[in-house]
Amino acid sequence: MKRRDFLKACTICGAAASLGFSRQAWGVSFEGYPDRMGVLVDLTRCIGCRSCEAACNKEQQLSAPALPFDDLSVFENKRRPTEWAYTVVNRYETKKEGVPVYRKVQCNHCNEPACLTSCLVNAYTKTKEGAVIYNPKVCIGCRACMVACPFSIPGYSYSSAFNPVVKKCIFCYDTRLKYGKPPACVEICPQEVLTFGRLNDLIKVGHERIRQIPGKYIDHIYGEKEMGGTGWIYLSGVPFDQIGFDTTLGNEPIISNVKEFLAFIPMVLAIWPALFSGLHLLSNNGKDHDNSIPHQEGAEP
Amino acid sequence: MNTDRNLLFGGILMIALIITPIDGRSQDIPDSINLDSLVQYYEMVNFDHAKHVGLSKDCAVCHHHTTGTAVESAICIRCHKNSGANAVVSCRGCHAARPFSAETINANRQNPLTYHKDKVGLRGAYHQSCRGCHVQYGAPTGCQDCHSRKKEGDALYDAAKYVRKLR
Repeated sequence: MKRRDFLKACTICGAAASLGFSRQAWGVSFEGYPDRMGVLVDLTRCIGCRSCEAACNKEQQLSAPALPFDDLSVFENKRRPTEWAYTVVNRYETKKEGVPVYRKVQCNHCNEPACLTSCLVNAYTKTKEGAVIYNPKVCIGCRACMVACPFSIPGYSYSSAFNPVVKKCIFCYDTRLKYGKPPACVEICPQEVLTFGRLNDLIKVGHERIRQIPGKYIDHIYGEKEMGGTGWIYLSGVPFDQIGFDTTLGNEPIISNVKEFLAFIPMVLAIWPALFSGLHLLSNNGKDHDNSIPHQEGAEP
Repeated sequence: MNTDRNLLFGGILMIALIITPIDGRSQDIPDSINLDSLVQYYEMVNFDHAKHVGLSKDCAVCHHHTTGTAVESAICIRCHKNSGANAVVSCRGCHAARPFSAETINANRQNPLTYHKDKVGLRGAYHQSCRGCHVQYGAPTGCQDCHSRKKEGDALYDAAKYVRKLR
């Protein structure tokens, strides 16, 4: 009897271990939707006209800005996206002959978004077109996504007393991307800073631009690998950290901090009860309780 | 009698030669061109082509090689050293007015023979080329210096009398 039990325990442990170690079955490797769209942002072209902010405001029916969109005094302060401005343009003075560099800030529509990973109620969706959208009706306003986003993008409707929710750029999904049209900011940009297309193609286009005009660009596409890759990728003529980009983020998406740990759980749940029961039995010589408590086997309580 | 006729023919010939433009370029260069791709928000631009012809002296600055003059850029020369005039010379003839529509993107993607896959659209071409040169030579660079805004444009920018009431 004892040998049979021992062999049973070994078989179960072995099966559980093999299930746990075959990561391929548990952790599916998904490279992203192959046809996802993206935008290549060429920051050597931006002149800070703020037409993109104006177009976004009208397309998403946002409320009035404090100053007209052709007012350039807003560049005195660095701004971030809010509930009223899903995209903003900031100006940076660089060492390059006093020529200012302008940077458009908006949701980067990451391949493995931190906001989606951290959302408690699964309000976010990464669509196959590439947009990271959210359902404001599901949002509970906890702001975990605001903490998680490495680019500090989601804005919050602080102005709403009873139903504050998160607000951010949705890549014009509802009104344009779904129908194969470029987002409003891309369409209006006079300098064609924003190039819209399939993300895989845009990465090639970006590298080709770097190659064709040596010296014009820093030899790096920001967002190609950062945080697991983003949908909006950037070219710049000056080092990225001089124009407000965080260059310390690394190439792993937020989910990597927990993915390996979570993948162990099925194996642990399968092995530990069997393992520790087995050890307990072995240490007790098969008796799972001593006879100090007086009772009769099989008697009714 | 004969000399009178010769004199007459000679005179007509001289006048004909004088009134014919003698700068050696094609006769049908437009003097001004109407640019109306932005009429949704801005007034049509009456582009003084003749003035810019006089200023640039080299068609290739704007028209690449399509008007028959050689390109200067070392990048272009690699393939276009012997490229001559094109049937199409206007900006809008090659630079798409809507470069990011699904049709344009798919056509660009699916044609394996296109080399210039990163060709800017019409709006980008105008601003990068025209405004880029204006920045270099101290010419007007403001948005409304070239095209004045209509009231739809003012509404887009929440400017002028279209400033909306603040939240």
